[in-house]
Amino acid sequence: MERTDYRKLYWKIITTTLTFSLVPLFALGATIYYQFRVSYTAKIMESLRTLTENRRNAIDLFFEERVSQLYTLAYTQSLDQLRDEKYLDQVFTLMQSRSKSFVDIGIIDRDGTHVTYVGPYNLAGVNYKNESWFHEVMLRGVYISDVFMGFRKYPHFIIAVLRREGDRSWILRATIDTEIFDAMVKAAQVGKRGDAYVVNREGILQTAPRFAGHLLGKIESPHTSQFSGIHVEEMQMNGETALFSTTWLKNKDWMLVIKEDPSQELTPLFEARYMMIGIIGLGVLVIVLGTVFVSRATVGQLIQSDREKAMLDASLVQSGKMAALGKLAAGIAHEVNNPLAVIKEKVGWMMDLLSEEDISQSENFKEFDDAVHKIDQHVERAKKVTHRLLGFARRMEPIKDKVDVNKLVDETIDFLENEAHYRNIVIQPEYHADLPTTLSDSSQLQQVVLNILNNAIDAIGKNGQIDVKTDYSVKDEQIVITISDNGPGIPNDQLDRIFDPFFTTKEVGMGTGLGLSISYTIVDKLGGRILVSSEVGKGTTFTIYLPVIRQEKA
Amino acid sequence: MEGFRVLVVDDELDFLETIVKRLQRRKVDVIGVESGKAALELLEQQQFDVVILDVRMPGMDGLDTLKEMKRKAPLMEVIMLTGHASVESGMQGMQLGAFDYVMKPASINDLLEKIKQAYERKRLHEKKVRDVP
Repeated sequence: MERTDYRKLYWKIITTTLTFSLVPLFALGATIYYQFRVSYTAKIMESLRTLTENRRNAIDLFFEERVSQLYTLAYTQSLDQLRDEKYLDQVFTLMQSRSKSFVDIGIIDRDGTHVTYVGPYNLAGVNYKNESWFHEVMLRGVYISDVFMGFRKYPHFIIAVLRREGDRSWILRATIDTEIFDAMVKAAQVGKRGDAYVVNREGILQTAPRFAGHLLGKIESPHTSQFSGIHVEEMQMNGETALFSTTWLKNKDWMLVIKEDPSQELTPLFEARYMMIGIIGLGVLVIVLGTVFVSRATVGQLIQSDREKAMLDASLVQSGKMAALGKLAAGIAHEVNNPLAVIKEKVGWMMDLLSEEDISQSENFKEFDDAVHKIDQHVERAKKVTHRLLGFARRMEPIKDKVDVNKLVDETIDFLENEAHYRNIVIQPEYHADLPTTLSDSSQLQQVVLNILNNAIDAIGKNGQIDVKTDYSVKDEQIVITISDNGPGIPNDQLDRIFDPFFTTKEVGMGTGLGLSISYTIVDKLGGRILVSSEVGKGTTFTIYLPVIRQEKA
Repeated sequence: MEGFRVLVVDDELDFLETIVKRLQRRKVDVIGVESGKAALELLEQQQFDVVILDVRMPGMDGLDTLKEMKRKAPLMEVIMLTGHASVESGMQGMQLGAFDYVMKPASINDLLEKIKQAYERKRLHEKKVRDVP
């Protein structure tokens, strides 16, 4: 596989894994958050609704109490009694002693004239005939006004009750201190940004809100039409989003508005959101890291195994090549051997005949004799080649002996010492001290080492060094023999072919080109591997790996 | 060199003629035939002590011929001659009772040496057979 293919695979694994793990994570996170938000919002709305309901009930009760107080007074006392200012003052003082909400009280006759008045202002004798509330109370019997400034220049509202007493009818009218009412509404102002106020049908504020405006100011009202029950909703008003809870009062066409700042009320929700984002972020980080790690490991493993497979393939190709070439070589050798045998016999016969005395007297005898011996010599040479070829093709099972590789290498070096010395080449051995013995074929192995050393000496020519090192890899249970020369090195294009039969860089007649291929075959049969690395100008290193076999397999 | 008879079997006529001539020159009583079949026919009429037998021949090959010969004359020694120096066919020949095998092209002296050794063994075997009452 190409490098880019590995990268592609790497990214493919990463994207797939991330998709399959992040999508559920996000989905889960979003669902949980959504559910939490829904239930939390519901809870907040519910509590807001309860608050509104309580407030409304309290206000309603307040109105009802005031109205029924006035009713009681109007219907238990006669006009004549109440007309007496002293008596009314007595009653009013009694009423105020229980509740400070009444500011003043007065009796108005059917013509609209304030007959009697008890309170801080001088309102006796004022005529209300043209006031709209006067007609309202005459019509309906009871009336609660909006807040107004009136004659007093002070925000207040009135409650008026009509009493029909025989053919007379009169009105008991009282002023309610808005402060007490205000305080009741303001009690619903919760939080730092919460607000509570009362507006009338026209959107005029009946109590002073905290933020939205001032008393008797106009305000944008969430609802203008009357409805029953309580509305809780999130609305955008005056440029900010807030939770609004609205309800109409029972006794008066006023609407109670309680506003809550969602950002404050929903703080736990936002906290939950941040926590969730944090957890998901952490999860994403862990997943991404894990994915990258696993993908990298997987691709690394794949590259490793591909590389091993490629090496195995290469060695299988080499083995296959060897086998095919071996067969070919054997076939050729056999075909060549037969004519060689005939030539050898003919030459032999000629030599037999030349040895007869009478021929030896002939003048060209020496020439004949020379020629015939040369032919015999070269048949021998050809025979060596064919026999080596056959030896290469031979599928002989190696003998298994206990082999001390150090000793074997040492003996082989001894064997070549003279030749090396003569060419001023130093062979520098370095033996691993605790090299285990292995079951192997010592003579074949020696041939391999000899071949490689011979090649090294030939490659150097004169003046050089060959390092021979034995080592033991405990992990792989392998003996490693490294033979490095500082010769001219092998160019890359030849490096692939050096184990091929008949491949030689030596002069014609100097090498058969079989040494390394035989070595390769031998090491292969012994269960090992032989590798070569070379750099032109620096030298060549052959590495032989031999398995450590401690016992003959049964 | 006297007293024993050698038969050379090889389909290569040039080789056969020459080796026969050379062995005769070395005072060996030798006859050459060019096929396994001819050799077996000759064995019907004559006796030989040592046979030099080429492994690869057209028609009846060396190993088949060897089997037949050993059936007819068990004590006669056979030296396999092979250009196909595979150990398998050599070993197979040995298992079938051949004395040894020689790779082509062989030097005449090596061959002569093998012939002598084979004859020695044959005599030893014959002696043993005679000694058995």
